Amino acid sequence: MSAEATVRSEHPTREAARVFMRSPAAVGGLLLLAAILAVALAGPFVLNVDPFDITAAPLTPPWTGDALLGTDQQGRDVLIGLVYGGRATLAVGATAALISILIGIAIGALAGYFGGTIDEMLMRVTEFFQVLPALLFAMVLVTLLSPSLPTVALSIGAVSWTATARLTRAEFLKIKQLDFVAAEHVIGAGRNRIIWKVILPNALPPLIVSATLAIGTAILFEASLSFLGLGDPNRMSWGLMIGSGRSYMLSCWWGVTFPGLMIFLSVLAISLIGDGLNDALNPKLRERR
Amino acid sequence: MSQTLLTVSDLSVHFARRRLNPLKPRELVRAVDGVSFALSRGTVLGIVGESGSGKTTVARAILRLVPITYGHVRIEDIDIARLQGEELRCMRRRLQYVFQDPYSSLNPRVRAGAIVRAPLDVMDIGAPSQREARVVELFEAVGLRPEQRSLFPHQFSGGQRQRINIARALAPEPELLICDEPVSALDVAIRAQILNLLRRLQRERGIGLLFISHDMAVVRHMADEVAVMYLGQIVERAPRKAFFARALHPYSVALLSAVPTVRGGRRRAARRIRLTGDPPSPIDPPPGCRFAPRCPVAEARCRARMPELREASAGRWVRCHLVCADRAPLQAPPSAAAHSET
Repeated sequence: MSAEATVRSEHPTREAARVFMRSPAAVGGLLLLAAILAVALAGPFVLNVDPFDITAAPLTPPWTGDALLGTDQQGRDVLIGLVYGGRATLAVGATAALISILIGIAIGALAGYFGGTIDEMLMRVTEFFQVLPALLFAMVLVTLLSPSLPTVALSIGAVSWTATARLTRAEFLKIKQLDFVAAEHVIGAGRNRIIWKVILPNALPPLIVSATLAIGTAILFEASLSFLGLGDPNRMSWGLMIGSGRSYMLSCWWGVTFPGLMIFLSVLAISLIGDGLNDALNPKLRERR
Repeated sequence: MSQTLLTVSDLSVHFARRRLNPLKPRELVRAVDGVSFALSRGTVLGIVGESGSGKTTVARAILRLVPITYGHVRIEDIDIARLQGEELRCMRRRLQYVFQDPYSSLNPRVRAGAIVRAPLDVMDIGAPSQREARVVELFEAVGLRPEQRSLFPHQFSGGQRQRINIARALAPEPELLICDEPVSALDVAIRAQILNLLRRLQRERGIGLLFISHDMAVVRHMADEVAVMYLGQIVERAPRKAFFARALHPYSVALLSAVPTVRGGRRRAARRIRLTGDPPSPIDPPPGCRFAPRCPVAEARCRARMPELREASAGRWVRCHLVCADRAPLQAPPSAAAHSET
């Protein structure tokens, strides 16, 4: 038998990584995100200044003075703002996505596995969150909790988990009917093992893709909140830069364009990674190549 | 001579259908309706029947994978139909299952060795340090090489996957093994290997085997006793030799005459008993004998009253009004019964 000739055992995760690395767009996204992350993480240590400091005359256009990308209406260096703002934006995006994924997986897994009344109740709760305008709801939460980075992340996470919950529930409904789950019952496995160690790992591939894309959405969310003045006013972030520069948009285009570009590039990089992961983790797409 | 291992009495599994009209009572699908049989330690009981006759549901009910509506399932003296929680988990050691589909019954993200080891870990059988050795031993017993433990299920062929399934089922040293059509998803060439493996392991280890199949030839090869199911009920139960020599219930006779053979050719095929129509719906089955609408020899009383499963002669149980002593009401065409060599 041919399967016996080669005793080769590649873990599915490693195989997925190989497929991922073959896609130029996905690798490009990964490199772009790595560059953005490197600057955001290392930049503040290198520069070691306060991003709110006035460094030059207000509204200096880019490539004219000391400030490479110009200064905003208060004379703050835009480039330094971008370097410092990346941390807050990316941290809030990642934390919010993590919170939303964890809530979504927990609710979706319980609803999908148990079904019946539990499913009905959890799905009604999910629908309640789905019909609320997410941004408005997040604004209310941030206002109630007083704006700071953790509360902003929590608010974004608390309003954006519904899609993950539905996706998880759908995967659980599908997988729990397969024979290998019945086999776990037969060998005496308990509920916890079946939900978290048997079904969840098999449901993960689409959830990983969804989690990646959720980071992008959360970054946009954070930017929207900051733009509306509901971010943490004491922490520089890209959204805050756009928000504070929006009244000077016509006289100071660089004050909003560069942070906007950074948000665009980050979300693009994350989307490219998500797309690559989708190709790598989805066996139906994989067979085509 | 041998002790009874499994006793199933009056087992019924009914599923309520979703109500479309809230004023009407819920419709019940009687997937399994009053099935009783017993299985002795170290013997093989074959359950045959067509698709939808409830064979698989019987197996899944015994394993408590589907809820039992009523009836008893006893392993020796313990009624497992009512067990819950920890007690049920402890009982699971004693009965194991080999699935029909070797492709969906193995977790695709777990290596073969870990799949076979899982029952030992989950049910905490043996010292942890000896479990790996036990897995090696099981791999050898089912004809796999121990170094294949590190492979993933998709790297195996269907027959090899079924061997992994069997190894997993044997890991907790069960007293009862339930096989649900273990070879129907496999190539014909592989079937004999798997069947012989099962038969050998069953004999060596003295396991009771409940073997479900729709294939008469397979049951004849495997079983010591045969039970025929039709629409959720057992219509005939008999020792293998007696059953294949002369089946009593008209449905069994028709089933046997439908087994294709090389001998006889077209002449025999032309004389085969042909059943017309489909089995009635298990929702609101007819009041009389469930086989009556298709039975070539049915009488008025067959349609009016459900026959009981009764002992027609020693060891031969049949659910038919027309069987008296051990005379079958419906005779198979002569050449069909002529070469019953077993």
